[in-house]
Amino acid sequence: MTTLAETVSDSVTITRRNLIKVKRVPDLIVFATLSPIMFVLLFRYVFGSAIPIEGISYAEFLLPGIFAQTVVFGSTITGASLADDLQKGLIDRFRSLPMARSAVLVGRTVADLGLNVLTIVVMALTGLVVGWRIHSSVGEALAGFLILLLFAFAISWVMALVGLLVRTPEVVNNASFIVIFPLTFIANTFVPTDNFPTVLKTIADWNPVSAVVQAARELFGNTAPSLETSNAWPMQHPVPYVLAWVVVLLVVFVPLSVWAYLRTASR
Amino acid sequence: MTNAVVVEGLVKRFGENTALGGVDLTVSEGTVLGLLGPNGAGKTTVVRILSTLLRPDAGRAEVNGLDVLTQGDRVRATIGLTGQYAAVDEYLTGQENLEMVGRLYRLGGKEARLRAGELLERFELADAAHRPAKTYSGGMRRRLDIAASLIARPRVLFLDEPTTGLDPRSRLGMWEFIADLVSDGTTILLTTQYLEEADRLADRMVVIDKGEVIARGTADELKAQVGGERLELTVSSSAQLSAAAEALRPLAQGEPHRDEQTRRLSLPVTGGTETLAEGLRRLAGTDVRVLDIGLRRPDLDDVFLTLTGHAAEESAAEAGADAAPTAVSAGASR
Ligand SMILES: Nc1ncnc2c1ncn2[C@@H]1O[C@H](COP(=O)(O)OP(=O)(O)OP(=O)(O)O)[C@@H](O)[C@H]1O
Ligand SMILES: [Mg+2]
Repeated sequence: MTTLAETVSDSVTITRRNLIKVKRVPDLIVFATLSPIMFVLLFRYVFGSAIPIEGISYAEFLLPGIFAQTVVFGSTITGASLADDLQKGLIDRFRSLPMARSAVLVGRTVADLGLNVLTIVVMALTGLVVGWRIHSSVGEALAGFLILLLFAFAISWVMALVGLLVRTPEVVNNASFIVIFPLTFIANTFVPTDNFPTVLKTIADWNPVSAVVQAARELFGNTAPSLETSNAWPMQHPVPYVLAWVVVLLVVFVPLSVWAYLRTASR
Repeated sequence: MTNAVVVEGLVKRFGENTALGGVDLTVSEGTVLGLLGPNGAGKTTVVRILSTLLRPDAGRAEVNGLDVLTQGDRVRATIGLTGQYAAVDEYLTGQENLEMVGRLYRLGGKEARLRAGELLERFELADAAHRPAKTYSGGMRRRLDIAASLIARPRVLFLDEPTTGLDPRSRLGMWEFIADLVSDGTTILLTTQYLEEADRLADRMVVIDKGEVIARGTADELKAQVGGERLELTVSSSAQLSAAAEALRPLAQGEPHRDEQTRRLSLPVTGGTETLAEGLRRLAGTDVRVLDIGLRRPDLDDVFLTLTGHAAEESAAEAGADAAPTAVSAGASR
């Protein structure tokens, strides 16, 4: 049986391997950082000029939403990378080694978390340039970033299963786009949900992405008394709601992904 | 001698398709088994089951006395696998690839580094050691892949078509290397499309086709199944074939085979070079002009094509006696 120490050491080996790729393929860093910068600028200046929000600048309202959307998209790389490793036969190589059975997936999701940290730093700096400010304590601000990253990490494990089952990187990318785009748009990400049609508003209120954004806004102090918050339970208690989602996603998708990894084969 | 690999009644189905229909084989410790068979025969499937990548639907497999189904972890610690397609990380350098695999085999950091350097040297990759594998040629990747499977000095090695895609010089190098491994006591199960390779490396062979074992034995035993030596000659015009056949008939141990197209005559003989000299003497007495004449022993290609050539339509007896011509038509029809 593999011990915990061995699992950690194997996971570190795999994480390092994944991060070397990030270093060797500059495109990855460029796109992981350029596209969020572009998003911040586009929304800030294109939508910002058309969406007046009561009591708060659009930049302050927008940034937590962009953070959430970007890290969720960032997690899809987990699925595409695993599908790529499958196609190139690397998963077979790993599965024939006496290594911990979860290490390939842990190493993958942790590396992608690292990439998301980098992305969030770049976005926060860009945000500061265009007028976003944090009005809370350091502790609360860190908690805000933490909750964004935790949620992204949980989504990574969902994407891991998708990648192992779908097995073609391009298909993984397209499939996750179809799911994640609405998930991040039918939410309070870019506009307040007050004027959504009833059905959409209900979906938005219970959408975990809305709760992530709401939690981040509260923790960064990007709210205003005049800004109405929905009465739905998740919007009133965003932090516990997000944490519950994270726990459920991990409890379901970690074992499922490991199960899929143990049964998958390159062809 | 103990068996390092034991396979009994192995069955594997993919949906409707039966990839293995009950394969039995053993590999004695410290020997090389060549697993031969045409495309789709099930060679890779056997290797994948033995390396714990696939679970069989029925049957049993043991490696180093460990059951691949229930003791997978311990099996993996003692084997090395080189799959049919090179599995190297393109973004890592050669050195990094080997070190990573070494660490995952739980060699210490320092040992993994030393061993990686050693193998890169051995496989003539030292100059490219610090370049990403993306920049490697196909043959270099293949060598790196094989080096990776050797990093922890496995007691049993599975090589699935290890020299496919290597140039002749690299192939010779690989053969030498494999011979060295065997003399160090490594047990090897090797699949290959190159019969010369099996002939040269394998102590014993198992030929499978459509998931069934159709022959097994040493190279000599398999060659004996196909038949003995043959006298083959080419004449200057096809009209002379009958005359040549008449002249040589007393030497033939069976029916001569003639091929009008290539103007070739082939007959089973015994007696080696004396028969050849006698044949030449007999032909000198006719007006047959011989362009080329020689003795030929069946090689493993004949064995392979005869056994797996699906030549049943051409009658089993002929297939046995006429290895070479059958081989040509079987090869072309597939
Ligand atoms: N993952 C799979 N799914 C479905 N069928 C498969 C799978 N893997 C192998 N097969 C089938 O099983 C049979 C045996 O395949 P296998 O790869 O073992 O052959 P092989 O002897 O290695 O052939 P080759 O010389 O072409 O490598 C083939 O008919 C193949 O199509
Ligand atoms: Mg194969």
